[in-house]
Amino acid sequence: MSVLKKVALTGAVSVVAVGAALWFASAPQRLNAATLAALGPGDVANGEQVFFASGCASCHAASGASGEERLALGGGMKFETGFGTFVAPNISQHPTDGIGNWSVADLANAMMRGVSPEGEHYYPAFPYASYARMKPQDVADLHAFMQTLPAVEGKAETVAIPFPFNQRRGIGLWKAAFLDEAPVAVLDNPSEQLQRGQYLVESMGHCAECHTPRNAFGALDTSQWMAGAAAMETGGRPIPNITASDDGIGDWTEGDIAELLSSGFTPEYDSVGGTMAAVVRNISELDAADREAMAAYLKAIPAHPNGY
Amino acid sequence: MKFFAFAAAALVVAVTSAAADPIADRKADMKERGGLMRVLGPTAQGKTEFDAATILDALEKLNARAQAAMDVEKFYPAGSETGDTKAGPKIWSEREAFQDATNKFAEATAAALAAAPQDLESFRAAFGPVGAGCGTCHEAFRL
Repeated sequence: MSVLKKVALTGAVSVVAVGAALWFASAPQRLNAATLAALGPGDVANGEQVFFASGCASCHAASGASGEERLALGGGMKFETGFGTFVAPNISQHPTDGIGNWSVADLANAMMRGVSPEGEHYYPAFPYASYARMKPQDVADLHAFMQTLPAVEGKAETVAIPFPFNQRRGIGLWKAAFLDEAPVAVLDNPSEQLQRGQYLVESMGHCAECHTPRNAFGALDTSQWMAGAAAMETGGRPIPNITASDDGIGDWTEGDIAELLSSGFTPEYDSVGGTMAAVVRNISELDAADREAMAAYLKAIPAHPNGY
Repeated sequence: MKFFAFAAAALVVAVTSAAADPIADRKADMKERGGLMRVLGPTAQGKTEFDAATILDALEKLNARAQAAMDVEKFYPAGSETGDTKAGPKIWSEREAFQDATNKFAEATAAALAAAPQDLESFRAAFGPVGAGCGTCHEAFRL
């Protein structure tokens, strides 16, 4: 074999090796099947709280939906971003257009690992990077609650994402780098209330998905946790800083924060608008103690100047 | 004579600038509404004591503003969608829906005023739709 051929062959082998490594690294990773099999039966009442804490309706119900309308999860809402236009799918109980046939494991793998029942990666516009921190039993309870909701006919249109982001396999590498179950804020000897607040804000409430700036790869910059961020949606106004700095909510009391999450009114009696209005409609369904816990958490995390 | 000319000129400038700056006008209007909400809100939340006369006064002023704001052409004319404003593009692209939301808010304030609440409970009932109206409009029509 000539030297030239050898070099070419070595080159080809290494390309294949790197390709294979990337292929394996980007493979969809599901949750441990034994963990999922060991879950108890779903508790519908807690599942309803999980449903509102997780804000499912904000994206999967019709725009501006309130009251019972929030339970019709036909999808279709569009999100125009720098990566392309994402469309929220139908997650109603319809057996073919929605997710009516999904098992608890299907829902848990979707929410906590961003993997579809067919083994495809979801785009992280679906906030599984936050839901990854959920307790699997809460997902099981949510599954039980969602089974009580109506079936909505009609598939939402498919996602219009341009190259290279339409290569979903690449999301596997993104997950390998950025999907992390560990809590973000390091709290010193946190009380039970703070732990609850951390769970609600960092995991189910997925507040950081809008309120924290992103790096070049579109992953949350945890060094500026909750510091406010440029809107992901094209033409959107910056999302406010919700840390206890002068730029943020340093002069708000925990009561002020809990009040906003309940009625939508700021201490100045401005009323929150845009996408936060739907968030308030959901979070106002929780126990007052949960809103107080979220408020306590937001006052406990490090203050930052504006992240945008 | 000179003084009058100057005063007249100043007046013209003042009047035209007021008429030509709908962004400033609607901001001032919203600020006034915010001030009234600072009277109504804490009472509804039980943070300040209910006082029928104070509440009625604030409801009257809020209703006057809500009625005036039904003239959306005055506050949101074409051309005032850009600049230092948080007004959402749907105010112009979904004009009918915006007019409808504005009318509904005026209905809510008129009903609250007509109820002339004499105690906290009736005030809360009358005020509920008003407070909700703020959020409904801000959700769809404010950035």
